[in-house]
Amino acid sequence: MSAPTVPAAPQGPEIEGPTPSSARAIVWTRRRTAASTFVRRFARSRSGMLGLFVLVFFVLVALTAPYFFPRTVLDVTQATGQPFSPPSLEFPLGTDDSGLSVLALVCWGARISLLVGLAATVLSMLIGTTVGISAGHYRGFGGGVLDRVTDWFLVIPYLPLAIVLATVLGRSLLNIIIVIGVTSWPGTARLIRAQTLSVEGRPYLERAKALGAGNVHQMSRHVLPNVMPLVLANTTLAVSISILSETTLSFLGLGDPDNVSWGSILEQGFSSGAISQGAWWYLGSPGVCVVLVVLAFNLIGRAIEEILDPRGDAH
Amino acid sequence: MALLTEASPHPSAAPRSGGALSPSTRYVINRVIAAISTLIFVVLFNFFLFRVLPGDPIGLYTRGRNMDPDQIRQLRAALDKPILQQLVEYLRNPFSQGVDSVKYHAPVWEVIGPRVGPTLLLVGTATIVATVIGVWLGIRSGWNRGARFDKVSTSTTLVLYSMPEFWFGMIMLIVFAVGVGPFPGIFPIGGLSTPGTDTGTPAGWLDVAWHLVLPVTTLAVIYLAEYSLIMRASIIEETGQDYLQTARAKGLMDRMVRKRHAVPNAMLPTMTLVFLNLGFVVGGAITIEYVFSINGLGSLTVDALSGPDVPLLQALFLLFSAAVIFANLAADLLYGYFDPRVRT
Repeated sequence: MSAPTVPAAPQGPEIEGPTPSSARAIVWTRRRTAASTFVRRFARSRSGMLGLFVLVFFVLVALTAPYFFPRTVLDVTQATGQPFSPPSLEFPLGTDDSGLSVLALVCWGARISLLVGLAATVLSMLIGTTVGISAGHYRGFGGGVLDRVTDWFLVIPYLPLAIVLATVLGRSLLNIIIVIGVTSWPGTARLIRAQTLSVEGRPYLERAKALGAGNVHQMSRHVLPNVMPLVLANTTLAVSISILSETTLSFLGLGDPDNVSWGSILEQGFSSGAISQGAWWYLGSPGVCVVLVVLAFNLIGRAIEEILDPRGDAH
Repeated sequence: MALLTEASPHPSAAPRSGGALSPSTRYVINRVIAAISTLIFVVLFNFFLFRVLPGDPIGLYTRGRNMDPDQIRQLRAALDKPILQQLVEYLRNPFSQGVDSVKYHAPVWEVIGPRVGPTLLLVGTATIVATVIGVWLGIRSGWNRGARFDKVSTSTTLVLYSMPEFWFGMIMLIVFAVGVGPFPGIFPIGGLSTPGTDTGTPAGWLDVAWHLVLPVTTLAVIYLAEYSLIMRASIIEETGQDYLQTARAKGLMDRMVRKRHAVPNAMLPTMTLVFLNLGFVVGGAITIEYVFSINGLGSLTVDALSGPDVPLLQALFLLFSAAVIFANLAADLLYGYFDPRVRT
């Protein structure tokens, strides 16, 4: 899918005459056309655009939360409403167990939930891509060890592992990002490794090796650009898993104790007896936000996957 | 394993063997070695994780709780031994650890034992329900891809797949156990049986079944989403195959082509997934048991978190991992038995 518009193989060895800078220019033109084709095809995917729309909405909510709701609305000592009151004009999403506006909590929670989801995914992608490319590039003992380690982490049940790690590290914003990032990389590594193996078999890598390219050069200049699209599609899907993990871990009381996230609102609601109060607005709102954002990332991820996978909508 | 040794004397499987071992025997040995190596990794990981951290490890065991100075001295003596000696002692009996559960003042194994039953009951029932319904949904939507049924079921499953299972459980509780507005709740709000009922009698079983309705539905709905997505994908994979064309050419009805030819082949990936998914199911069981206050391993895990009760947590992690590793091994071996292609 990458370069249907450029006829001659642009990365082939027979490019002569022009200086290296213009060879690079060719590469960049090719990448630019590929990107614009991608954008055009994505814009045509209805579910993908819907996901993007929902996502942009929540990002705006997260960014603007401090302007609409000053930090004091999160302070239980300055709560203005009655505990557990259902949605009203003053409190569109009702109040929580201490009379705080659930709407304000949810808007503030979006900040931490999205931040943790994105940061943990970046960490997980960094580990996964590095391990995946190295495992695919270095065949033999080193690669074998990486394969085994990936397999181990793939088999160990995710939540118990995250729980144990979070307990050992302690509760903080950085730690929950580390815990999610460190436990969720093996799937990516597997995928990237397979893709690396197929890239390594292509002639231009042989050419690079013949010209004396070192391992790092081969991996960073030739393998990485070719696995990048896959990494991107995988990233959007991984963010949804990270956000779900953050929600679950915070619900179990392993999240950052100083900040509100959707998971910690659910924890507070559950432990304060919102269920027996029938406070559906209290428990419902953060959950609906989680579902919408996770769904948005899933829709975007599937749309990207469909564009990158020429076989079409097999899934 | 027995399944595969049965398969190897079969005339079609034997001739390909190059060395002394037949391919299927080698396959079994490889899978078993992989499982054992993972298990060893988990045990070592479990041991070192709580010891590599900077600072005084005693804090992890005693944090936030009053402890007998005698007990602390005993703990410290155990932790002050050379690390290799500790490892040897740990390997001798990973479940006892020489240290009791801090919270329950009893060997961890005794604390865990009675909690296994409820979890198995919950997870087992939910898995069976989810598999049956999920597979049925996947077959129906995959066979007529793009039809109305497919569109509705695929988008529904996608939404379900995006839900935290414990949140869905809490909403189920509010709607069906507490009641919203004029509608009263009808199901119990938690637990596995009404206090005071004898669960040995038929009436007691009914009571347990009644208590299981909401948690099992919650877990099953979340898992069936994934199973139906996979089943749908593998049915779609089969639809273009030549053998289905042949079956149709013979004059078989569409229904029979689906039932006799496409489904058996498409079942394999889904069945493997059911096993592979156990690790994921375990995670769901932890939060669902907590929400529905079912006294299983999941609630015990959440219980061990507050404190935290490190020895208990370590033992639970080991137990969960071992269970999942064995389930994976079983899945690999079954797959090898049913699909000879993977054995080579």
